[in-house]
Amino acid sequence: MREITYADAIREAMSEEMRRDENIIFMGEDIGLYGGAFGVSRGMFEEFGEERVLDTPITEMAITGAAAGAAMTGLRPIAELMFSDFMTLAMDQLVNQAAKTRFQFGGQASVPMVLRAPGGSGTGAAEQHSQSLEAWVCHAPGLKVVIPSTPYDAKGLLKTAIRDNNPVVFIEQKLLYRTKGEVPEIEDDYTIPLGVADIKREGKDLTIITYGRMVQRSLEVADKYAEKGIEIEVIDIRSLVPLDKDCLIQSAKKTGKVVIVHEACQTGGFGGELSSVIVDSDAFFYLDAPVKRVGGLDVPIPYNPNLEALVVPTIDSISAAIDEIL
Amino acid sequence: MKNTKGITSHAKSVKITKEKYLDMYLKMVQTRKFEEKAARLFVEGKVHGTAHFCIGEEATGIGVCSALENEDYILQTHRGHNQGIGKNMDINKMMAEFLGKETGYCKGKGGCMHIADFSVGSLGANGIVGGGIPLAVGAGLSQKYLKKDNITVGFFGDGASNEGTFHEALNLASVWKLPVLFVCTNNYYGMSTHVSKSMNIDDISVRASSYGIKGLALDGNDVVNIYKETLKAKEYVKENGPMLMVLNTYRWFGHSKSDPQAYRSKEEVKEWKEKCPIKRYSEFLIKEGLASKDDLEALDKQAEQDIINAVEFAENSPEPKIENIFDDVYAD
Repeated sequence: MREITYADAIREAMSEEMRRDENIIFMGEDIGLYGGAFGVSRGMFEEFGEERVLDTPITEMAITGAAAGAAMTGLRPIAELMFSDFMTLAMDQLVNQAAKTRFQFGGQASVPMVLRAPGGSGTGAAEQHSQSLEAWVCHAPGLKVVIPSTPYDAKGLLKTAIRDNNPVVFIEQKLLYRTKGEVPEIEDDYTIPLGVADIKREGKDLTIITYGRMVQRSLEVADKYAEKGIEIEVIDIRSLVPLDKDCLIQSAKKTGKVVIVHEACQTGGFGGELSSVIVDSDAFFYLDAPVKRVGGLDVPIPYNPNLEALVVPTIDSISAAIDEIL
Repeated sequence: MKNTKGITSHAKSVKITKEKYLDMYLKMVQTRKFEEKAARLFVEGKVHGTAHFCIGEEATGIGVCSALENEDYILQTHRGHNQGIGKNMDINKMMAEFLGKETGYCKGKGGCMHIADFSVGSLGANGIVGGGIPLAVGAGLSQKYLKKDNITVGFFGDGASNEGTFHEALNLASVWKLPVLFVCTNNYYGMSTHVSKSMNIDDISVRASSYGIKGLALDGNDVVNIYKETLKAKEYVKENGPMLMVLNTYRWFGHSKSDPQAYRSKEEVKEWKEKCPIKRYSEFLIKEGLASKDDLEALDKQAEQDIINAVEFAENSPEPKIENIFDDVYAD
């Protein structure tokens, strides 16, 4: 199979969907001729023109609200925020408007939009350009939330998100944009349903539940333990809302030991929810040890590269949590 | 009170049918009676939550919406019963929603702050001050992209014109030349704060100039002129992109039902009540020979009966069931 980057996979998903459905438009800051701050949309302006690839002013609330309004009236907009941190500026339109429109109007409308935004740390962009705010949007019923970890998943999940009739927050991992992975040829149209986790590595001794950039790191950890004869199962949940609870519960029953890993600050993070899914289920009776969470430290992401690397889960901190319950 | 500042009118040449004149009168009276009844239902303890009344402002929503077609969109405010009735919303369903019933527009889950009727082009009222303004930009974007010959009206109040959404939305609509008519109902108070304490301008329409768009301030109690100017504005925004229309009027009631109104004098309220848009309109209709006193009394009676019927419909409607609570959180 061919290998393309995570960024290319996202561009392919958008372009293929836009070729398929002319009611899909794409709007955001510097996405046109510039090609997007991370180069994700390079070439799309040339192919689809300024009517469908709309450069906006720096206006996150209006971008998000305009996407929601357009979605309520016949279009299927994809909106891009340059960094997921800027969701803070768009929160009313996302949480009070887009998420609630269908419910509060008694089902009269749907809001088929995708809000794409790069999240996560690792680029030295410091406190205001490195956050992992996914828990905020998971807490707003009406939104779906997706975070892919590989080019294959990014393409398949984004195509599904674009076809979904709900507002979907699609958080990309900026550090993964240049990583490569196997993706089927363009003519092999494929999609991945939301709400289906992917077991990235099978194992019987312990389960790591994770998503986003921490999938690769968890796989590295699992490789390290495999050398010692310990088989760790790594589950990439891929979509946070809806969540594939069954997959998590089954794995916890199988291995009896669970470590949850995510980059976002631990307090109030989505890891608490993942932990509860296990503990609230009959998997609880199969557990041989407490469920461990390894989240980011409860600090803003610092600038200094050594510090930045140490405030999110590391091979060592994940290993320490595993060792504690093995 | 500088409510007359910046008022212009160029709409004298528009022809209005007698039927349209009387329809606007009926809708203004329906709005007032709807709200008077709603206020009584609170006193009787039949309604919980809150409500924001537009009594005194009837000419704004009725005047603007009477100039619109079904395919034109509106984004309403949380004080927008006049906007909904103006856009031909079903009064029974409005009242049922007000009472939180299953037969209401939002199946009792939205209440009157979130009332909507997509079938007549109402994309919803909004509980967030200024929350609907960016949505109006998106609706206008759809109309332009889909090459529809219609416009979107984004309603909001004077308070919302200080929100970021107002400024971001006007700017974006201007850059993209979208067919959006931004309509500011200036009732001089953002809850308890008079506009003189929330902005350093007398005429909100001057804000249009910052975005390179046309601004127009009108007497918000003159339904005929509002209607005529909206007809013209429709053609203007289709051709040129967005415009800001400010309608200067007054809120007779408090901000919401729990407002003691210590921030304004009884004389001020009385002065504005004398400028009642319905009284003024009825005098105009009689003076111009468009209706007799009897005609208007008949319409008053009809409006009253419409509201009695609406309350009966609402009170006899079933309560929503908790079994259906997850319906419509997500679309299929």
